[in-house]
Amino acid sequence: MYDIILDFTGNEILSMFISAALPLFMFILPFALVAVLAERKVSAFMQDRLGPTRVGPKGLLQTVADILKLFQKEDIVASNADKKLFNLAPILVFAGSFAVFAAIPFSGAYIGTFADVGIFFVVAISSLVVAGILMAGWASNNKYSLLGAVRSAAQIISYEIPTALVILSLVMLAGTLNLYELTEMQTEYFWNWYIFGGPATGIQKILLIPFMIVGFIILYISTLAEVNRTPFDIPEAESELVAGYHTEYSGMKFAIFFLAEYANMFAVSAIVATLFFGGFQSPFGYLGDLFGVEWLIPIEQFGWFTVKGLFFVFVQMWLRWTLPRLRVDQLMTMCWKYMIPYAFVNLIIIGIISLI
Amino acid sequence: MAIKTEEMVLNMGPQHPSTHGVLRLELKLDGELITGVTPHIGYLHRCFEKHCEAMTYPQVVPYTDRMDYLAAMYNNFGYVTAVEKLMGIEVPERVEYIRIIMGELQRIASHMVAVGTYGLDIGAFTPFLYLFRDREKILSLFEKTCGARLLYNYMWIGGVSHDLHPDFLRLTKEFIDYFRPNIKELNNLLTFNKIFIERTANVGILPADVAVNYGMTGPNLRASGIKYDLRKDEPYSIYDRFDFDVPIGDGRHGTIGDCWDRYYMRVLEMEESLKIIEQAIEQIPDGDVHSAIPKRIKPPAGSIYHRVENPRGELGYFIISDGSLNPFRVKVRPPSFVSLELMDELCKGHLVADVVAILGSIDIVLGEVDR
Repeated sequence: MYDIILDFTGNEILSMFISAALPLFMFILPFALVAVLAERKVSAFMQDRLGPTRVGPKGLLQTVADILKLFQKEDIVASNADKKLFNLAPILVFAGSFAVFAAIPFSGAYIGTFADVGIFFVVAISSLVVAGILMAGWASNNKYSLLGAVRSAAQIISYEIPTALVILSLVMLAGTLNLYELTEMQTEYFWNWYIFGGPATGIQKILLIPFMIVGFIILYISTLAEVNRTPFDIPEAESELVAGYHTEYSGMKFAIFFLAEYANMFAVSAIVATLFFGGFQSPFGYLGDLFGVEWLIPIEQFGWFTVKGLFFVFVQMWLRWTLPRLRVDQLMTMCWKYMIPYAFVNLIIIGIISLI
Repeated sequence: MAIKTEEMVLNMGPQHPSTHGVLRLELKLDGELITGVTPHIGYLHRCFEKHCEAMTYPQVVPYTDRMDYLAAMYNNFGYVTAVEKLMGIEVPERVEYIRIIMGELQRIASHMVAVGTYGLDIGAFTPFLYLFRDREKILSLFEKTCGARLLYNYMWIGGVSHDLHPDFLRLTKEFIDYFRPNIKELNNLLTFNKIFIERTANVGILPADVAVNYGMTGPNLRASGIKYDLRKDEPYSIYDRFDFDVPIGDGRHGTIGDCWDRYYMRVLEMEESLKIIEQAIEQIPDGDVHSAIPKRIKPPAGSIYHRVENPRGELGYFIISDGSLNPFRVKVRPPSFVSLELMDELCKGHLVADVVAILGSIDIVLGEVDR
């Protein structure tokens, strides 16, 4: 993508900026707009309500109205807050979740960077969010914020371990950290997806499938924890901590936290889809191949990628509106006593199978 | 080197999403561990008892509505039966049956709020809205009968304000048929959810002796394993004519008297109330609901203590009459107030998240605590 823009503009720095800003304006912002509305509509559907209906046709412009409202709001900084950190925190949180998109392959034609350490970069950069959240909690000078921030830091750091272990088992099978190459390995048909054992063949594939499913479940649960969604929304547990680390934020700063949350939701869903469900690969061939239309393929790929990502986002919403919330110590117990050992065993077994 | 630590004092409320009204809890925290809880009440104090002294007896009834606004019908019930006992009024059969039906519908509605908001406290949003959807149906039944949805002023001394709507009995039957499966749905969605059980079982255990010492009543006491229900043990009105069970806590998922037991009592009681309503609908006679209402309500000098089983526990009215048109003194024994006293006892050694779970499980209504 960078090359195309470079051809077009002729300026390296400008084209770099454009290709970096592209996912933000072309994808994350529209996605957040749609996802916030979808969340409300999905929850309304599950709860036997109507959801927003007043703004625009069938309430479709509700999020736009909300954002306009947030723009107009006074930017309040509590008098005893640490102003520098307080202002920096939302930016850091957003940067952390936005930077993840650099390594995600949206389609064969668009990937922010063909980094060879793609998945490693994703795991590393998404930890930046923790720093932002701690900063927000500390700088707000509010006890609820502080409790929320500390909980959040503990939670995100703990759950990175099972995530990393599951990712490691996949990397071990694939032999690459590059997300694009990982996707290319799962090409052609859906039984080449890693959830079905990946490109392995014969007895190895059959042996892999159950452990891949276990790995997928562990990964999905820990990504839920990493994005602070129910049943792990303890950092912002409404009934306990009011709004957790962003209690004191208002106006656009709050909106940025909100945007970061939704960006993060899609980012982790995209990672899950890329690792286990073939990323942008179609489950059964392309229309472009069928009709011999070359340019249709990347668009189809983008479509498949979005559909898979949105499906996991939908599952996140589904869980949120169904399950109660765990307690902070139970969350830690679940991570350290169950998920990490299982992930370890899973890693070892997958390693043994891959030697067969 | 020893790390220097200090106790943190956290104010929970009066503006907080899960204090069920305006309550301020002063939490003393050691990290996230609770070392002490002091409830500060009085934000909703409206001088109910003092006001009553300036009102005539029937004028007090709307005030009782506003005490426990989730169980307004039952508060009326308690007050009017107390005054009737003081005056020696016999109300017609039909009135008794109407009062029972209304009271039990109110109990279901009140438990729906208790159970629903409890789910909300634990983080489950959806059961709350399902229950509020069903509660609307009960409120519509009330509205059909007396025109009000929350504060009814329906029960009068010696009768009720309006006779039942002609459709009322049919609609109530329909409601029972509609709501029974919904309790099952609630159980599947929330009650037996693994996470919910993890959060509530073995949390905030209230041993039977402590419960008795503090004077706990209602579902909270029964959850601790003591079978005490005024409807059975000291039948007032015509409760002795109905066949129903008094569920008690059995510590199915933890210890007897934990939050889960207290929660589950309310679910079970909803079913028992449905049974009572069904029987009452079968038996209800015809009659005039206004025939026993005295022209002039002027009880003889004397005093009375009368108690009824409110959704939240034992609701007692102590009324002193000096023979005039106004009560000399009205004192209420509110079940929520007694329950709230236990917060410190129940919360010690638990986490901040458990305070919410415990506070929700004892089901207080601040309007009644503060009066």
